Amino acid sequence: MLGKLNWDAVPWHEPIPMIASGTVALVILGVIAWVVLGGHLPYLWREWITSVDHKRIGVMYVLLACVMLLRGFADAVMMRSQHAVAFKAAGFLPPEHYNQIFSAHGTIMIFFGAMPFVIGLMNFVVPLQLGVRDVAFPTLNSVGFWLTATGALLVNISLVIGEFARTGWLPYPPLSETTYSPGVGVDYYLWAVQISGVGTLIGGVNIVTTILKMRAPGMGYLRMPMFCWTALASSLLIVAAFPILTATLAMLTLDRYLGFHFFTNEAGGNPMMFMNLIWAWGHPEVYILVLPAFGIFSEVISTFSSKPLFGYRSMVAATLFICIVSFTVWLHHFFTMGAGADVNAFFGIATSIIAVGTGVKVYNWLFTMYGGRIRFDTPMLWSLGFMVTFVIGGMTGVLLAVPPADFVLHNSMFLVAHFHNVIIGGVIFAAFAGLTYWFPKAFGFRLHEGWGKAAFWFTLAGFYLTFMPLYVAGLLGMTRRMQRYDFEPWHPWMIAAALGTVVIAAGVACQIIQLVVSIRQRDRLRDVTGDPWDGRSLEWATASPPPTFNFATLPNVSAEEPYWEIKQRAREQNKLRDEPEYEEIEMPRNSPTGFVCAFFATLMGFALIWQIWWLVGLGFVGAYVTFVVFAWRDVPEYIIPAHDVALLDRQNRSARKDALSTYAGPAE
Amino acid sequence: MSGHEHDDYDSAPGDELRMEGDVASGFRSYVLGLGLATLLTVISFALPTTGLVWAPAVPIALVVFAIAQMGVHLVFFLHITTSPDNTNNVLALAFGVLIVFLVIGGSIWIMSHLAHNTMPMDEMMRMQR
Repeated sequence: MLGKLNWDAVPWHEPIPMIASGTVALVILGVIAWVVLGGHLPYLWREWITSVDHKRIGVMYVLLACVMLLRGFADAVMMRSQHAVAFKAAGFLPPEHYNQIFSAHGTIMIFFGAMPFVIGLMNFVVPLQLGVRDVAFPTLNSVGFWLTATGALLVNISLVIGEFARTGWLPYPPLSETTYSPGVGVDYYLWAVQISGVGTLIGGVNIVTTILKMRAPGMGYLRMPMFCWTALASSLLIVAAFPILTATLAMLTLDRYLGFHFFTNEAGGNPMMFMNLIWAWGHPEVYILVLPAFGIFSEVISTFSSKPLFGYRSMVAATLFICIVSFTVWLHHFFTMGAGADVNAFFGIATSIIAVGTGVKVYNWLFTMYGGRIRFDTPMLWSLGFMVTFVIGGMTGVLLAVPPADFVLHNSMFLVAHFHNVIIGGVIFAAFAGLTYWFPKAFGFRLHEGWGKAAFWFTLAGFYLTFMPLYVAGLLGMTRRMQRYDFEPWHPWMIAAALGTVVIAAGVACQIIQLVVSIRQRDRLRDVTGDPWDGRSLEWATASPPPTFNFATLPNVSAEEPYWEIKQRAREQNKLRDEPEYEEIEMPRNSPTGFVCAFFATLMGFALIWQIWWLVGLGFVGAYVTFVVFAWRDVPEYIIPAHDVALLDRQNRSARKDALSTYAGPAE
Repeated sequence: MSGHEHDDYDSAPGDELRMEGDVASGFRSYVLGLGLATLLTVISFALPTTGLVWAPAVPIALVVFAIAQMGVHLVFFLHITTSPDNTNNVLALAFGVLIVFLVIGGSIWIMSHLAHNTMPMDEMMRMQR
């Protein structure tokens, strides 16, 4: 009846997971009680859960990402403190638990922290920057988000019911085969990543279609803001690379569930094929994350330097160059697997060449700042921190791209330090820069500057204090994924890294305080005009927060920086554009399809993990029926009358008129 | 060339809105496609048995006919053409072909090279002696 599931699946005798999950359960119950008893449920259901508005979905993606980043950070704190105390001692984490923690840390940070953050920002920003009213497939967008949430939920359920994988964030066979991992840990990994992978693919298809098909009148490809270009390249990579991940994990699933031999040692299987295929997805994945990050920095650096982006076309070329070449470097993740000099040299050189594209971008950002009137607000600080940190991470990356050097450094703490250097310094800094930059657009008030700056400095200092010692430990020969060690020279560096984690924790605390303080002081931080940073692209041309339909009339684009042009003309003539003729607007109706689909997908995923076959069938049929019901809908859209459109737009126009009348020339 | 005006003339694969009022020509194109596809299939099955082609060249001939078959499907059934309204579809196809080539070609190259740094078994035996 319940497959492999029984009461022994709950780890009653392990204090750490029980306390952690107990706390989380209490928090969740508290939130649910507050929502239900406070009467917020109808509002939440109507305005958020069933929403197909790209802005709302983007916000929910980012919220999910922030929660998951916290979960992943908790894992990181445990690993760093384990290393600080596990010198010639057992530490406080037994090996099988420690192995689950580093696996969960990697899985959560990449699939449920970084990915939703980046996709959320793309969802929120791209239609606004393109000057359109929504993405190409609004309901599909909601389905994609809720399936991602399903994956995150499954990973977190593994904390309480059963166990998580002990294989690392990529489940290398033969360790991940049933012979060596008989429990449900790897199955949790497989189904969580498969289901959220479907969500990611849906999101990627949606953004590609939106950018190719739905730009405002006059917005040619070479007038798109840089962030849209990087979102396009990243989404193309999603569409091309995620099927490889799905296929690879499906083959591993067949090995585990039906006794196939794709990756086993015996019966003609080849575990090395798994390494090859998973990295054919895994390396493009790195660029799926970091290309939109480059886009965010391009927007922020240009805005806060009060200058157009330097070398826009070379930036576009570098982005597309990286998009293609990212598919020719994947072997550098397994130089040591046994290939000869020809193969290793080819992929080593390709890896060094891809750094050229990034180098072009760094110089472009430097020249954008050169001669500009730079304002050091929080988003700009994150961008500057990124430029220094990412260049260091890039250089250790080029070092690792040299096969002989890689033979020494493979799987060492040096490698761990390198990829945290580029992912934290690149993607996470960009996520926080983008969060601070677009927060006023999403909610209508800015985040508190003081706490934001404190968060930046703590995070930056903590980052260096944590990861520079890991580089040293790696050069001293320390390998990754060790539960304990008894080699004296590593110990001081591990203690330093643990102290660094404390500093990062202070940065995390500052971010949380910043959010609370900003919400409490929202009236003082209010963004009245919709253009808080003196912005240059179209998202600043509408109110903050934007109305459901984004733009009362679709803007006409005639240059690379459409909003800057509109604003300059208004300033020269000292008056706004004439009021347009308002017309009624059709918008897609909200739909619970995404939420209901994801509910059944969660049932199905959980049932597949525990092999409860009747529930698998129920979940599958439920999800399919939901789709059919949606396909038979009669009224896909509703109409916003011209009168309401005019009312909302006039409010924003009057705010902008006031701002224009007090405008006293460019700020020094 | 602005994106929006261009998009008005862009069509999705298999999108036949623009063929309205011209049913006969659409029908002819499908029948022609079906004929060509059947012909290529029949040739591929017949080729190895008839002996018309020099035996060692048969595999290469089959590859050629398979690629021709793909071309027929793309042109007659998926309506990929060189006209301007098809730019996105052609680019998407080119990107897809490139990625498939890189991943499959790269995988074959890598996997055939795997034992390169491993000592051959007989040599290892000789050294142990």
